Amino acid sequence: MRIREPFKLAAVGVIGFWLMAFALLPNLLVAVASLLERGGDEFVAPILTLDNYRRLLDLLYLGVLLDSLWLAAATTLLCLLLGYPFAYLLTRMPARWRPLLLLLVIVPFWTSSLVRTYAMVILLQTNGWLNQLLLNLGWIAEPLELLYTEPAVIAGMLYALLPFMILPLYAVLEKLDRRLIEAARDLGAGRVTIFRRIILPLTLPGIVAGCLLTFLPGLGMFYVADLLGGARTMLVGNLIRDQFLSARDWPFGAAASVLLTVLMGLLLWAYYLSARRANRGALP
Amino acid sequence: MKPRGAIQIAYLVLIYGFLYLPILVLIVYSFNDAKYSLEWRGVTWTWYRNLLDDPDLLQAALNSALIAALSATVATGIGALAAVALHRYEFFGKPLLQGLLFVLMMTPDIVMGIALLILFASLSLPLGFWTLLLAHVTFNIPFVVVTVLSRISGFDRHLLEAARDLGATEFQAVRHVVLPLLMPAVAAGWLLSFTLSMDDVMVSFFVTGPTFEILPLKIYSMARLGVTPEINALCTLMLGATLILILIAQLLLRERT
Repeated sequence: MRIREPFKLAAVGVIGFWLMAFALLPNLLVAVASLLERGGDEFVAPILTLDNYRRLLDLLYLGVLLDSLWLAAATTLLCLLLGYPFAYLLTRMPARWRPLLLLLVIVPFWTSSLVRTYAMVILLQTNGWLNQLLLNLGWIAEPLELLYTEPAVIAGMLYALLPFMILPLYAVLEKLDRRLIEAARDLGAGRVTIFRRIILPLTLPGIVAGCLLTFLPGLGMFYVADLLGGARTMLVGNLIRDQFLSARDWPFGAAASVLLTVLMGLLLWAYYLSARRANRGALP
Repeated sequence: MKPRGAIQIAYLVLIYGFLYLPILVLIVYSFNDAKYSLEWRGVTWTWYRNLLDDPDLLQAALNSALIAALSATVATGIGALAAVALHRYEFFGKPLLQGLLFVLMMTPDIVMGIALLILFASLSLPLGFWTLLLAHVTFNIPFVVVTVLSRISGFDRHLLEAARDLGATEFQAVRHVVLPLLMPAVAAGWLLSFTLSMDDVMVSFFVTGPTFEILPLKIYSMARLGVTPEINALCTLMLGATLILILIAQLLLRERT
């Protein structure tokens, strides 16, 4: 292949430029901003400091951070517990039904998560369907305050993120070599052993990918906390947004954002490791 | 085996119910002839008519469609080129580009939103149409690349080599051989970008200004004030539009595979 190929130069040049200018550079700027002091007229003052990171360790912000991590982790775990059996059952369905069933999972995935969060609000209102149902069943005497609680936020995030867990799980479960399971069964392994020693390790990349795709957005979805949690619940996403919109403390918001990016880096690394290990373990 | 099968089906139905019930409720109430009551009072088009009488809302919808169409077009152009380049060429910095694309796709929306905000602020670009367009193109590109790449992988590279042997330049070969074969994926990538762009809340939230209002942000500000049947109607319309686009994309991808 010749090196001086105008088409090749143009193709590589355009995507290279775009990624440098709008992916790499902005993130570097965030990192720089997080090390500067808050400015007056300008949004940052050119004074180097680690104060923003120190402030993240403040009890107040640490609380938000821990709360947010807990909410995102709880959501991720619920997604995994609900999504894994679901994805597994999907792969056991007759082959001609699978594309349709999968499409039905993807359809809500491509509809606005804002719209879906809002649909959740309707369902959970004091006079909403869920309360009506519980009242009619006679399980409760008066409507519950479901909206603006922590469980409501978890339910909303679960609702918005569940498809992101199901799809990667489905992808690995479908590729799973059934012969391995049969071989294990022939060798006398029980269900638990088969799951723990064969299915789980081989589907680990999908599990990690699914957790990645639910946990990370779960930290940031400020509108879910706004619409379903009211003022009581604050995610890291809300914190970052407020620093940029109302508090006008960009460097601090940038520091919180760097924290999210570092977290993402760690999780991507975990994903890489698990994928590599699974590939090594698979049959050729 | 039988009762276990029944439990399995029940579980699938339950999860599908969870995924679709809220949407169903939303659609049902967008037609309910009662402003505050959740009791069913018959079908009405009032809420849809109210939407049509709201010039701000229509403007926001038009703005959204414009940004979505433009950003999808630009992103599809760049993304398709990038996919061809990544598949066909070896070049300096290729792993870096692939890594950046992957990170870009994984980056939480809020992190991307403020990163672009800081970029635009340090370039002193006024927030509005242009910043919104640049941001939307940026988050759409990786999805186009992935869509197109998935189709190229099953692609017979001898066709392209044959074209080159017959004297076509690289550009002509890509234009007349690769592009037509990739068309379904390119079109699907465009539709995907369009939908993502129409739906985006978080990135747009940071990179648009008061001069340029878009639909999702309008819905967000309305929804924070409470549930009204007009929002139900609006959300139902968006849902319907999204579904139609997805169906078209699916049909395009299924063709000849």
